[in-house]
Amino acid sequence: MKISSVIMPVLVLGVFLWGLYKKTDILSAFAEGAKENLMTACGLLPTLTFLMLGVGMFRASGALEALTGLVSPLMEFIGFPADCLPLAILRPISGSGALSVLKNILNDCGPDSFSGRVASVLMGSTETTFYTVAVYFGATKVRKTRHALGSALAGDLTAFLLSALAVRLFLS
Amino acid sequence: MIGIMLVFLIFASVVFSFASGSAQELSSALISSGGEAVALMLDLAGAMAVWGGVMRVAERSGLTEKLTALLKPPLKLIFRGLDKNSPALSAIAMNMTANLLGLGNASTPLGIDAMKKLELEEKPNGVATLNMIKLAVMNCCSVEIIPATVAALRAEAGSSDPMEIFPCVILVSVCSLAAALTVAEIFGIGDRK
Repeated sequence: MKISSVIMPVLVLGVFLWGLYKKTDILSAFAEGAKENLMTACGLLPTLTFLMLGVGMFRASGALEALTGLVSPLMEFIGFPADCLPLAILRPISGSGALSVLKNILNDCGPDSFSGRVASVLMGSTETTFYTVAVYFGATKVRKTRHALGSALAGDLTAFLLSALAVRLFLS
Repeated sequence: MIGIMLVFLIFASVVFSFASGSAQELSSALISSGGEAVALMLDLAGAMAVWGGVMRVAERSGLTEKLTALLKPPLKLIFRGLDKNSPALSAIAMNMTANLLGLGNASTPLGIDAMKKLELEEKPNGVATLNMIKLAVMNCCSVEIIPATVAALRAEAGSSDPMEIFPCVILVSVCSLAAALTVAEIFGIGDRK
């Protein structure tokens, strides 16, 4: 039994038991949270459709494959799977775009392949950087964000380089 | 900006398909992409609903609050110059709790609230303070205990162990957070008086 598969059930059970102990109305709380996230998922759909269209066409035309082939020697040099490059590029820019690219990678290469694993780790460990910085500072009167975006992108670059290394060290 | 990028992507696809003769595939992709988007949303929706439900129970039973209290001392080391009882620090701790638990919906409003409180306390005058930069950076690094969305997509794609990536995800996000904060700190050296 792997630790990674034990964490989630134990955590969820713990939350429920604690809820019982604290006499929380578990059913209504669960339903409320579930409803809110279902709405979020639905709200995601219009943008997702648009992104899926662009990404899907780019892939079907063969342009994606050609591009991947073009950069693959460079990527091999730094030990990063070329299939995951579109994800790395899109990840900081668009969350929905990254989701649709991730799904394609998982389907094409297989979720348990090297590329599939690296894509999963990259997706899980990064955020939609440009959007986040824009939204957070947009709520304030601050217009000079200085090195906020640069520092956040340095974090993304680190995740990009480390994701392949981490998968190579711990999963293969 | 995303709109322009997408149009460029579609433009490139059309031109490329003329050159390589893949117009047939291109038009079928055009028709099927909508359905694929719906399928992708459905893959996510179920897992997101379950996770949202569990986390709402954690919130109602006071578990989230406990985690927030636990996060305050380490956060105070990162966000220097804030008082122990500062409302901004509490807001930051709540925002980080939501991030750790993967509460996407909750974490953005909480983070924005924290940003506004920082603005009130530090009076930045239109120029971001180091603490504000750090808050934005920390929200870009997605440190979460359970990456539920990715796990759901992996399960859907038929992975034999959708959760095997969790340790790697945590390791990579902590390292990237450390790198991002270090860069923020280095460029903010002149800020300290």
